[in-house]
Amino acid sequence: MSKDLDRRRFLKIAGTSMGVGALYTVWPGLGSAEAAEAARRLGLKNGEKPTPFTFAQLSDAHVGFDGPIGTRALDKAVDIINDLPQAPDLILFTGDLTHDTEKPGEHAARMNLFKDISGRLKVAKIYHVPGEHDAGLDGGELFRNVFGPTYYSFDHRGAHFVALDNVSRARPEVGPEQRAWLAKDLARFPRTVPIVVFTHRPLFDLRPDWEWFTSDGDEVMSLLAPYENVTVLYGHIHREDHHTVGHSQHHAARSLSFAFPDPDRVEEKKPIPFDKDQPFKNLGLRVVNQAQGRAAGVESVTVKDVELAMNEYSGTEGFNQLLKPATF
Amino acid sequence: MTRNGILRVTGGGLAVVAGLLAAGSPRTRAEAGPRVIVITAKRFEFSPKEITLKKGETVKLQLKSEDVTHGFFLRPLGIDTDIAAGQTAEVTVTPQEVGRYRAICDHFCGAGHGGMKMTIVVEEQAAGGAVGK
Repeated sequence: MSKDLDRRRFLKIAGTSMGVGALYTVWPGLGSAEAAEAARRLGLKNGEKPTPFTFAQLSDAHVGFDGPIGTRALDKAVDIINDLPQAPDLILFTGDLTHDTEKPGEHAARMNLFKDISGRLKVAKIYHVPGEHDAGLDGGELFRNVFGPTYYSFDHRGAHFVALDNVSRARPEVGPEQRAWLAKDLARFPRTVPIVVFTHRPLFDLRPDWEWFTSDGDEVMSLLAPYENVTVLYGHIHREDHHTVGHSQHHAARSLSFAFPDPDRVEEKKPIPFDKDQPFKNLGLRVVNQAQGRAAGVESVTVKDVELAMNEYSGTEGFNQLLKPATF
Repeated sequence: MTRNGILRVTGGGLAVVAGLLAAGSPRTRAEAGPRVIVITAKRFEFSPKEITLKKGETVKLQLKSEDVTHGFFLRPLGIDTDIAAGQTAEVTVTPQEVGRYRAICDHFCGAGHGGMKMTIVVEEQAAGGAVGK
C-alpha cells in the first residue's frame, strides 16, 4: 500500500476472515494533518471522532444443517472470542445463521438455538444480516421477528456500519428500495468517512455460475464509490477471499459449518469432504491487532493465524500457519 | 362487399395457401419461428440436464415450473429470468460463443437450491449448415 494512499485514509480497517470468523482492528491514521482534519470534520458530521476499536465477523453457522460438525464450530468460535484478552466491541454475523427447513416450527427453533449459542458471546453488541437460508423462503419474516430489520445502519466510534440484505428478495439482489435507502443513508457523510458494509453474498462477480454474486452489486458499489475507505465483509462462499474494487476492500469469512473449494481450481461446487480426524480443518482464526505501544500504520499491524485444528490436533495441517506476517 | 373486404378475404386466402405450400418445405422452420426447447424446473433440478445449441442459431427456451418459483440464470447468454410457480416463461437466445455453460436456479427454492443447475452446450454449426434455412 503506498504512502500516499495511507495518508489519504485517516482511518484504517484491517483484518481478514478465518474459520470461525474474523477479527478486525480499526485505528485512526494519525500523524497526518490531512487525516487529523478529516477526523475533526467527521466528528462534526456524525458527532464522533474515530478512535481505535476491534470487531469480529462470524458467518455461515447453518444451525440445523445435517452435517458432522453440528454447532461445534459455532460453540468454539464463541469460546475463542470470549477468551480474547480484549473483548471486541462488536460482532457482525454475515448470514446463514441457520439452515432452512419447511418443517413447521423447526426453522424458528433453529433460529432460537443460534440466538442461544451466540448469546454466550461476552461482547457489548451483536449485529446480524440474513443469508438466503435464513430469509430466502419467507422474505425475511422469521429473521425480522427474531433479530429485527434485515438492513440498517449505525455509527460506532467514528465508523459508519451498513447492514445490507441481498437475500430476502429470494434472488441475489439488493433491490431498488434498499438502494434508494442506502443513497439517502450515505448522503450525510463526507467522502472520507470509514464505511463497513456487511452483507451475505459478494457484491461483485466472484463466480456467478455458483451463485456467488449480487445482480445489482455494481449499482450498490457505485453508490459507495465516492467514499475513500470502504470495507465490505461477506460470507456465503464458505472460504476466505480478498478482493479490491476501486477504493473498497472485500473480505469473505470462512463458514462455521463446512468449506467450499477454490472456484479457480474446481468446476463443480461441492463442499470439501469432511475429515473426521481433523474436524475443524479449514476452520481457524485470524486475529489482526495494532501492536501495543507503536504508532499506527501498516507496519504496526500483527496478524496471527490460529487454525482450530491447532488447538486440538497439534502437528496436523495448519500448524505452520501460525503467525503469518501481515500482508496488508 | 367493399374493396377493403375483398382485400381482407384475399389476404386470408393467401395465408392459408402459403401455409399449405410450406408444409414439408425446407423453408418452413425459418418462417415458423425459432426452434423451441422445453425445460422443466422443479425442486431441485432442471430437466433435461443438458441441451445443445448451435452457435448463431436462435432458439426459444420454454421454461416450465412444476412447483414453486424458480430462477433461470446464465450470464454468458444473457439469461436472467424468474419462472413463476406453476407457470411458463419464455426466453429467446442466439448464442454467439461456443462453449459449455452452467445455468442455475437463482431464485431460492429450498434446502437443495444450491445444487439446482443444468448444462447448455453451444457448438459450431456443421460445415455448410447455414442458420435459419
